[in-house]
Amino acid sequence: MTRTTLVLANLRRRLRRTILTVLGLAVALFLFVSLRTFLHTLQTLGDVGSESRLVISNKLGIVFPLPLAYRARVAGMDGVHTVSHASWFGGTYGDGRSFFASFAVDPDSYFSLYPEIVLPPEQRAAFMADRTGAVVGVKLMERFGWKLHQTVTLRGTIYPGDHAFTIRGVYTAGKKGFDQGSFMFHHRYLEERTRDQGGAGLTGWYVLGVTDPERAPGIARTIDAWYENSSAPTRSQTEKAFNLAFVGLYGNIGFFLNAIGMAVVFAILMVAANTMAMSARERFSEIAVLKTLGFSDGEVMRLVVIEALVISLLGLLLGLGAAMLVFNIVQFDLGGFVPGLSVTPQIAAIGAGVALLIAVASGVVPAWQAGRLRVVDALRYTA
Amino acid sequence: MPLVDVQGVSKVYQRDSLSIPVLDAVSFAIETGEFLALMGPSGSGKTTLLNLLAGLDRPSAGRIQISGEDITQLKSKRLAAWRSRHVGFIFQLYNLIPVLTALQNVELPLLLTPLKRAERRAHAETALRVVGLEDRMHHFPRQLSGGQEQRVGIARAIVTDPTLILADEPTGDLDARAAQEILELLVRLNREYHKTIVLVTHDPHAAERASRSLHLEKGALLEQTRAGMPAGGAS
Repeated sequence: MTRTTLVLANLRRRLRRTILTVLGLAVALFLFVSLRTFLHTLQTLGDVGSESRLVISNKLGIVFPLPLAYRARVAGMDGVHTVSHASWFGGTYGDGRSFFASFAVDPDSYFSLYPEIVLPPEQRAAFMADRTGAVVGVKLMERFGWKLHQTVTLRGTIYPGDHAFTIRGVYTAGKKGFDQGSFMFHHRYLEERTRDQGGAGLTGWYVLGVTDPERAPGIARTIDAWYENSSAPTRSQTEKAFNLAFVGLYGNIGFFLNAIGMAVVFAILMVAANTMAMSARERFSEIAVLKTLGFSDGEVMRLVVIEALVISLLGLLLGLGAAMLVFNIVQFDLGGFVPGLSVTPQIAAIGAGVALLIAVASGVVPAWQAGRLRVVDALRYTA
Repeated sequence: MPLVDVQGVSKVYQRDSLSIPVLDAVSFAIETGEFLALMGPSGSGKTTLLNLLAGLDRPSAGRIQISGEDITQLKSKRLAAWRSRHVGFIFQLYNLIPVLTALQNVELPLLLTPLKRAERRAHAETALRVVGLEDRMHHFPRQLSGGQEQRVGIARAIVTDPTLILADEPTGDLDARAAQEILELLVRLNREYHKTIVLVTHDPHAAERASRSLHLEKGALLEQTRAGMPAGGAS
């Protein structure tokens, strides 16, 4: 028999209520950690964007194409060393329910603009030599269990029909947070296959490598001015801004996610506080007995706070454990341009802090009540 | 010097603007090894006096010295520590912790002592043997009869070997047979183990088992009776 025995025995007193409280806390902490992780991932999306790469898309929106004819003029600009382009393909695989990013690229220029895409030279050469070849991110390979040289068929959602590709290369990320879940193939293939669907002579967006990031805003303004009154006006911005704008498609998502996270935490704090208060109130006579035996006010308060701490700790272990299982072990990701989600040590620490806050906030009132409880009054209640 | 020396103790409860006097300048002494019964009708102040002796409440006036220490002057924390060493309390409704076994309930006061885990357990087992419950150590209170629960309560009261055992109507919730057994146990603790016991009771038969009785009425001490003597000797 120790003080721990007493705390655990009290937690077992109403086991169902304790389990439900722990589960409630676990779900709340799971949601909180997941939202923070998602938010953090979206923020890193901006961070992986380079300031020395400009993205030129249609001013009307990323889903509207730009003429390939813009390329030559843009390539001739002072301060631009490379121009590449890509088009969103929107292919699906298998039952079509799993989303991933698939797009056609101008490979030579694209790979030279993106040193983050790490591809073995022989695989790059094999890809360049095969017009129906594809380069696939290592995470997407793992997700579908694909093998190098395997032929996979994607179903087009923007360009209807089945498209067979042979995987010629598997890329990894040369920079932390860079997407490893995309499917890339030759733009020429897309043009050929979609000629009769109006895809010829068009591309989704341009990517420009600029020699000096400080000149990027001026270059962007010049390009946008050139095509302002054309049938395909442009919006040019740094890749970082482009990525953040992509995140911005979801609206003020940071505020929204934070608000939900805080609401969840606050709601569970109320539930936990109520549970602890109920639990302590039910035991006022027992607390009076402990005091009669010689337990001091402080000792009794400590026992109540420790109970709240144990409940919060269990909730934290379950909630954080589930989040780490989902994001860090199973490596669930959202696909598309959003890099894989991962619970960082900082987010785990914030989760632990929230759990501690819940424990203290929910335990402090019943502990204070227990501490100031007058034995004579409490015993008179039960007599 | 008496073990317990109560001098001019009064207690007045304040309920809103009302002052309710419960004890009025009570004085008496208890010698070591005495078995004292506190008698009186409901509302006479017996339980209040017992609570004051246990340091669970403070008198409005007067002084209570136990083993030479004036407990009315002790601060709350020191009073709690003093209680853990010097007082064993037996409740009318047993007040065992329902989620702990008999053994764990008896071990509870020992958590406040420097004893090691194994020593605590050994002490608790001994106390349960003294009250005749060695075969019920691992039963929870709900698995025990009222008489057995009260025996556990008594074991819990004696396990720290306190200076004073205070029993608040310990037979009040028991049938006649169980009540008799509990009284016999208290007598045995007094005679064999020389425990000083203060017993609050309504029951004259229970009071007869004590070596001395004090009668309270409306907060005042009326008379005292020694075992084998008729009532009437004033304090």
